[in-house]
Order: sequence, then structure tokens, then C-alpha cells
Amino acid sequence: MIRRFALGLALVLATPAMADDSMPPAPYAYRQLPDAKQEAKAQALMETLRCLVCQSQSIADSDASIAGDMRSQVRTRIAAGEDPEAIRNWLIQRYGDYVSYEPRVTAITWPLFAAPLVLLALAGLLLRKRFIGGDVGKGDNT
Amino acid sequence: MTDTPSPKAPRWTLWLPLALFVAFVALVVVGLVRPKNTDIASQMIGKPLPAFTLRAASDAKPGLADKDFQSGKPRLLNIFASWCVPCRAEAPVLGEIARQGVEIDAIAIRDHKDDLASYLKQYGNPYARIGADDVSAVQLAIGSSGVPETFVIDGKGVIRYQHIGDIRPEQVPMILAKLAEAGQ
Repeated sequence: MIRRFALGLALVLATPAMADDSMPPAPYAYRQLPDAKQEAKAQALMETLRCLVCQSQSIADSDASIAGDMRSQVRTRIAAGEDPEAIRNWLIQRYGDYVSYEPRVTAITWPLFAAPLVLLALAGLLLRKRFIGGDVGKGDNT
Repeated sequence: MTDTPSPKAPRWTLWLPLALFVAFVALVVVGLVRPKNTDIASQMIGKPLPAFTLRAASDAKPGLADKDFQSGKPRLLNIFASWCVPCRAEAPVLGEIARQGVEIDAIAIRDHKDDLASYLKQYGNPYARIGADDVSAVQLAIGSSGVPETFVIDGKGVIRYQHIGDIRPEQVPMILAKLAEAGQ
């Protein structure tokens, strides 16, 4: 009984062991670029890059240290004159489409883009009689 | 309205909304039932390691560079950190793999030298080299998204396999098989 109680107490008092690291953040994790134009470019890109460990946040929104490291890398590369889309492609080459929130047309995703067109065509097909039917003007929808 | 003949759609179209609804429900059920997989696989399998040079993370072992993987023999690259709890569970398993003659190099992510020294003292040091990656730069460059992860690198420095999470004792034969495969 006492042992059980002690175990329970230990569980309650235990600090979460899934600690993050205690290193200071990367240079540009929380610091903006001095050039406002470059910072705006970096910010726009960071908002469309997905955090790898907090899976429904962008790296701009996340405080995970790997997201900080990604922000720092994005800002450093933008400051070096790299194109935002080149940075995105660099990350997609490593993590796949997962890492980007910007949808791309690929072998898997094309139905998403085709579906609205197919549905529109289908609706047109089904309603064509209403639009170009022979009884135009005879008014069956009074 | 009731007695005027309206343009007739084919009969099957009557069932179309129901069919679409059933298809939608089936899609939702599949999404709910299928177990969720949150692992993000690296797309770098089959590609050479990117160029990097990392300073030594501890005084006990040298640092790490991509050139160290040109030895002609497959090696393991373990991504770990002293603050990572599953890494502690993995440490004895890596020790066992090292005892079987496999060379294991490591990258310590965002780690302090003294934290790492006491970690290696407590949980063992199966590593040949340990590079320090303080801003996760090499981790991002090889498509790794967390700790621990272990990569099989062949003798020419090409990434051949990625293991996400700690290696469990029962997975050791599988890792050894991947190494043998990379050595062919």
C-alpha cells in the first residue's frame, strides 16, 4: 500500500522527461533580418513551411527548437540572396511535400485540382436541357 | 408546374447524390480506421550525404565530416542528443551493435559538452566520432526530423536506409541486414 502510494506520489511529482534542449536559439530563430524587404520575403516563406515536430503549425508559429533552426536557416539564406522557392524546393527534396503548405500539382494531387472542373462539367451535362432545352420561353418554371 | 413536363434527366442520376454521399462516408471511415503515421521519411535515401564538417561534440571522440563516410565500409550514422529520453533506451542497443563490429558515428543535436560527457559516461559510448550540430543544419540537410534517428551509409557515402525512432533490441538483426545490403 505504502509502496503504491509512493509510486503514485513519484508519478505526480515527476517532471516531464521529454525535455527539449537547453541550447540558446539559432542566430535568426527569433531575430528579424535588418532589411525589411528581405524579412517580409522570409516571413512569407516561413508561413508556408510546415514544422516537422508540431505537425499542424507553420515554422513561423512554432516554438520547437527545430522550427527555430529552420527559421534561422531560411533567414540566413534569404539574406544571402537565395530565392524563396529555391529554399522551399531544397526542403521538399529532403522531407517531401509534407514540409510545404503550398499545394503542388503532382501525380498524387492532380485529382484535387481536376475535381472541381469535373464536377462543373458534370453539372453542366445534367442541366444542359434547362439551359438549351427546346422549350425556351415556354416557361415551365412559373 | 406539376403538369408541365420538365426536361428529363436519365434515371440513374436520381441515385447520384446518394452514391456520392456513400463514397464520402467510406472515405471518412477509411481515414478514421487507418492508423495514423506521423513519421516523416527522409527523401534522401539513395542520395549521397551532403558536404558537412562538424566540430567534436565531446573531448573523448573526434568530430565528424562527410568525408569520414568514404571508408569503403558501410557505417551507421546515429542522430541523438543527451536531452533525448528515447536515446537513453537506445544506448545499450547501439552498444550491442558496436560489439558486433559495426562502426557507428553520431551527430549530437543542440548539445552541451558537459551534458554530453555525463550522458556518455552513464549510458556508454559506442561511437567512433561525434559531431556537434548546434543549429540542426546537418540534420535538416539529410532530411531527419527528430532524435533518435539512425541512417545506414554505404562505403561511398550514400544514404541507404533511415530508421526513425530508437532501435529496439529485436530490430538489431534488421539493422545488421540493412548494413550487409549496403555493403554489397
